[in-house]
Amino acid sequence: MQTASWGVRLRPDLTGATMTGVKGRVLVVDDDTALAEMLGIVLRTEGFEPVFCADGARALAVFRETKPDLVLLDLMLPGRDGIDVCRSIRAESGVPIVMLTAKTDTVDVVLGLESGADDYVVKPFKPKELVARVRTRLRRTDSTSPETLTIGDLQIDVAGHAVKRDGEPISLTPLEFDLLAALARKPWQVFTREILLQEVWGYRHAADTRLVNVHVQRLRSKIEHDPERPQIVVTVRGVGYKAGPP
Amino acid sequence: MSRPPRAWRSSVSVRVVITTLALSLLVVGLVGVLLVGRITSGLLDAKERASVAEAQSGAAEAQSLLDAADTGASTQSASALVENVVNTLKARAGSPPLFEVLMLATPPRTGDAPEFRTAASETSVPDDLRSAVQSDLRQSWTYTTVRYASRERADVPGLAVGSPLQVPKVGQYELYYVFPLTQEQATLDVVQRAVLLVGILLVLTLGGIAYVVTRQVVSPVRLAARTAERFSAGHLAERMKVKGEDDLALLATSFNEMAANLQLQINRLEALSRVQQRFVSDVSHELRTPLTTVRMAADLLYESREGFDPATARSAELLQNQLDRFEALLGDLLEISRFDAGAAVLDPEPVDMRSLVDRVIDVAAPLAERKGCELRVVAPQESCLVDADARRIDRVLRNLVLNAVEHGEGRPVDITIGCSDEAVAVAVRDHGVGLRPGESSLVFNRFWRADPARARSIGGTGLGLSIALEDVRLHAGWLQAWGAPGDGANFRMTLPRTADSHLTESPLPLEPADAGPRVQSNLATPYRSPRREEVPR
Repeated sequence: MQTASWGVRLRPDLTGATMTGVKGRVLVVDDDTALAEMLGIVLRTEGFEPVFCADGARALAVFRETKPDLVLLDLMLPGRDGIDVCRSIRAESGVPIVMLTAKTDTVDVVLGLESGADDYVVKPFKPKELVARVRTRLRRTDSTSPETLTIGDLQIDVAGHAVKRDGEPISLTPLEFDLLAALARKPWQVFTREILLQEVWGYRHAADTRLVNVHVQRLRSKIEHDPERPQIVVTVRGVGYKAGPP
Repeated sequence: MSRPPRAWRSSVSVRVVITTLALSLLVVGLVGVLLVGRITSGLLDAKERASVAEAQSGAAEAQSLLDAADTGASTQSASALVENVVNTLKARAGSPPLFEVLMLATPPRTGDAPEFRTAASETSVPDDLRSAVQSDLRQSWTYTTVRYASRERADVPGLAVGSPLQVPKVGQYELYYVFPLTQEQATLDVVQRAVLLVGILLVLTLGGIAYVVTRQVVSPVRLAARTAERFSAGHLAERMKVKGEDDLALLATSFNEMAANLQLQINRLEALSRVQQRFVSDVSHELRTPLTTVRMAADLLYESREGFDPATARSAELLQNQLDRFEALLGDLLEISRFDAGAAVLDPEPVDMRSLVDRVIDVAAPLAERKGCELRVVAPQESCLVDADARRIDRVLRNLVLNAVEHGEGRPVDITIGCSDEAVAVAVRDHGVGLRPGESSLVFNRFWRADPARARSIGGTGLGLSIALEDVRLHAGWLQAWGAPGDGANFRMTLPRTADSHLTESPLPLEPADAGPRVQSNLATPYRSPRREEVPR
């Protein structure tokens, strides 16, 4: 049953999409050379351009050098802990990070997510599952029409991927931006965690609500005046979250 | 009987002090009464003897005076005679007078027979005494209250001694001596006050002593209790101070030994558990990393199997299928060992049980369709909020529903959700082969299979229900199975609404209402589910 709970179906709009050329550069940080090589094969088959780093201590340097569009990060690394690497990448970039982890305990998962990972894949995973996660994170809703949303006292420029409070920009990762935009688009709706998992992470039937909880916390710490008493992303007990009154 | 007050129940010293006070009060009271009684009788005995002797000699003298006087029949001289006799007697009383004298004529009084009395009034002599003297014609005495003719003098307790007298030619007379016991009363008062004072002091002292003594015993016991409390609260280094070599020191020593042993055992178990958790975590990582590579490689081969020759293509298929099985088994084994190592942590949040069930139905729908099995849900209209770890409960429900579909032989599977104030329950009922007697508890055993020969379509690992049971236990909930041969099975999960509540009853019956005739009579089973709504699927 273990793997079944991570069962993922590809979103129709993703599986159907065909792109030409290189879809994106993926930095694979993993000390297991066999796995790294295999990941490389799978990614190349899917049209991504993989770059590798087997040493946690060198990961940040390779990241700066290669400027990847996405990072696949193993949590157990020699040299430097994956959590640490995740934190330092997140400190200087909003680039999507997908963790590869063998640990499913809440402590480990939450620790990884809190250190800045957008999503995680539990070993052993299927190639399709991984590719789906990578694709979802690389997908940017490139809406051509200039759309401006308001949530609380924040203005969201959807096309420009910018959030401002009184003209001051607030720096959000793409995932946090998507999460905020999803809530802001339907301020009247209460979003269950499952719906958010579907809309923001592209999961269907996924019961793991820790992803949502952790990222809502991270988002709140950036946008709320008092993260302890959130006004913009409001918890609806037993149901989920909704946009606070403007 | 009403409960004794809290202080009495909760404090040994209060009990001991109160008991000591009560018992010593009783003893001191008895001793005091006895003592005062002895002193009183001692005092009065002497007084009685002296008084009776005095009265006797007085009466003898009076009689001799009367006999000597020859008065003739004159009333005048008789009166003077009586007064003279009384005054003579009275002169012996001294000053202040030891006694008062009354000389009374015995009724029936002839004419105006003269009577005479000193300060005491006639009412000082009780009627009983008078009639005794009159009838017996000899000396009698009794205690009485001395009343004085003058109203200014207060009544005092006294002793009255009466003797018959013969006044020649006048008639029968009685002579009464009345002894006021003022002195004796004063002495007794002093003695009583002293006894009372000493008694009270004694009782209080005993109470104080009892308090001090119990303090000596109780304080170390209380200290031991506090230490034990802190110890059980997790302060394993907590120890008692050992002073001296008495019984209490022995208590402290034994307590400390016990604490040290417990600490050692707990530390050993904790270390073991840590090692085991670490091991499970390491195994998990070490196994899963190469398995991931194998998995991805197999997947790649499987995807491109159409280009292979038939034998290789089939091998790729077998590899793929068996890897699925291996993965599921590994996942379950690691999960079980996490439970065994005590590393499983609950991550609860309020969830609506109906949405969990809906999601599981979505997942199970494809298999159910393949099996030709209808999934029917009965759910309350209002939400069934429960504090649960959604990931774990999802896994439990998925397991129950998939099992039911697999064993349901194509017949409908009923999923019922029930809510009460304390609990939320989900029952998954199939109408398949059912369980033989005794099997309903075996199903949760690891690797147990109802029929080893039976083919499995979803390739369960044999650990699913064991993990489900552990998951539900982690929530302090119940997971129970019911089954009858040929009548299907019913699996019921009951979870407390909040983590701190305690399950006493499930909102759903374990034996389904539609069970065979054996249980048809059991329809009275409380079914406290709120208004339900048929949700056609």
